[in-house]
Amino acid sequence: MIAVCKHELRGYFHSLTAYVFGAFLLAVVGVGAMLYNLQAAVSNFEYVLSFSSLVFVVIVPILTMRVLAEERRQKTDQLLYSLPITTTQVVLGKYLALLAVYLIPLAVICVYPLIFAQFGEVYLPTSYGSIFAFFVMGAALMAVGVFLSSLTENQGFAAGITIAVILFNYYSVSLSEYISSTAFGSLIALDVLAILLGFLIRYLTRNEGLAYGVALALVLALAAAFLVDSSMFEGLLPAVMEQLSLFERFNTFVNGVFDVTAIVYYLSVIGFFLLLSVQSMEKRRYN
Amino acid sequence: MIEVEHLTKQYGEHTAVSDLSFRVDSGRIYGFLGPNGAGKSTTMNIMTGCLSATEGTVRIDGYDIFESPNEAKRRIGYLPEQPPLYLNESPLEYLRFVGEAKGLRGAELERQISAVVEQTKIGDVRRKRISALSKGYRQRVGIAQALLGNPEVIILDEPTVGLDPLQIIEIRTLVKELGQSHTVIFSSHILSEVQNLCDQILIISRGKLVAFDRPENLEKRLLGSNEITVVTDAPPAEASALLDGVAELTDCAAEERADGLTALRLKTDCTELHQVSREIFFAFAGAGKALLELSLKKASLEDVFLELTEHQEPPAVEPDGAEQPEHQAETEPAEATESAETAEGKGEEEP
Repeated sequence: MIAVCKHELRGYFHSLTAYVFGAFLLAVVGVGAMLYNLQAAVSNFEYVLSFSSLVFVVIVPILTMRVLAEERRQKTDQLLYSLPITTTQVVLGKYLALLAVYLIPLAVICVYPLIFAQFGEVYLPTSYGSIFAFFVMGAALMAVGVFLSSLTENQGFAAGITIAVILFNYYSVSLSEYISSTAFGSLIALDVLAILLGFLIRYLTRNEGLAYGVALALVLALAAAFLVDSSMFEGLLPAVMEQLSLFERFNTFVNGVFDVTAIVYYLSVIGFFLLLSVQSMEKRRYN
Repeated sequence: MIEVEHLTKQYGEHTAVSDLSFRVDSGRIYGFLGPNGAGKSTTMNIMTGCLSATEGTVRIDGYDIFESPNEAKRRIGYLPEQPPLYLNESPLEYLRFVGEAKGLRGAELERQISAVVEQTKIGDVRRKRISALSKGYRQRVGIAQALLGNPEVIILDEPTVGLDPLQIIEIRTLVKELGQSHTVIFSSHILSEVQNLCDQILIISRGKLVAFDRPENLEKRLLGSNEITVVTDAPPAEASALLDGVAELTDCAAEERADGLTALRLKTDCTELHQVSREIFFAFAGAGKALLELSLKKASLEDVFLELTEHQEPPAVEPDGAEQPEHQAETEPAEATESAETAEGKGEEEP
């Protein structure tokens, strides 16, 4: 695992990836700090991070698009499979390297609140609490990116899908509010999501029975629940989206609350998607 | 030592490897021979843990590749068909990564890296980027990678494909050297290569093992097909009659050529071909007929290969009617087989 991690890190610093990633993150956070902390003279660093969180749409794909896709394209995945290390170790090693690259600009960012504190009243616990949440949220998005990269051998495709998924995650709550909040509207929207999930499973497992089974079961369960108690569905979609959205949970931290459930949620997302990545790599041995 | 038992690999409906069993002993060079698509790479990928098997087991020194993969993989160095190289690294960086992943550390790692660099002769390019290296050098870096950790078994999948003749010779020499200290299994569809290098040959066709023997023994299998070609000015009927007196011949096909001469294709299972040609010569000379051409062709490994891989019962037609790809034996234009034996018994005689 350490060997994989070291190897990845060397790769990131050999190429421009780590530098582009760091520069982009620092530039956006810098602009945010200038706008909020300097121009508007607000002492809350949390707002800067809230402003900057959209940067993940760009920087996460930069970092994660090649992580597994490139191995497949170069056929170096054959080497990884034949080495006496497990796929879990490969994925974890790669993920740790990603986190290390991510932590470097964050370490720089950690200095900002201290600097501002020299010139005024800054409430440091919320600043650092939200920086921590910013880190964990980014880490969760990266885990999603790693998984998406494991699905294809085309980096561009991996990057595109990652951007789309992160954007969707970012706007999902506001988008879901446009859909009719009546019970029936929610039902239809959730059914569409269930069917999309079915397609995703079919793509991942190539098991049509399983995919359609899951989709059908979900649709039927939703319909049954709707028949039993339709009032439950009123405004359900935005509520579900709010629960699922990684960005929405970050707002709690911006508002000055350290939300442990959100941290647990982020960690679960990381675990879940890393597990999926391992499975996705393992699956290629069984195709 | 490697034991492969009842190995089967299915891709959906298609069976790539079916019920393959063999045993490989230590300290020899094994050639894995078969036409493209016969299942060579699939078998090697399974043996090295890169692919799962539908059924069957592979044990390396008693360690099952599926149950204790890390122990088994430590005993194998593998070079896949396409060398798995990180192109934007130098061979040294690459080897350091592979060595570390194989659990080597510190001084031992450095010692082994310099040993394999020397063994594969990549010292001159060890600091260049791999993307700038020629195919031959890339292949060597791939072999160097397989040698790290000093595994007992080295598995090379078509190590000479796509190289120029000089590079091919170099890689063959390297394989031969490796055979002195390791068990080497390498696949190829080039017969002469396998014939020259290997102590044992496994021929695999359509996922089945069709032969596993020493090269000499495989040649003996086809004794009946030593061939003698004769051109004479006697008409076909007379020529055939004359040859009835030569007892060693097993088959005789006469054909009248456009220029009025007769061409005869004779078969014999006698290994003393010169003895047979002498009898043929005197049979014609005695009858006052001229022997215008006479050439000999000994059965070669190539014939064994073609016979084994082509003359098989066609596979059962798949239920969906999907047609099996046309079976093609890809062989190099016979290099060493014919030319040596021909032109020996040519003679033009007038009584």
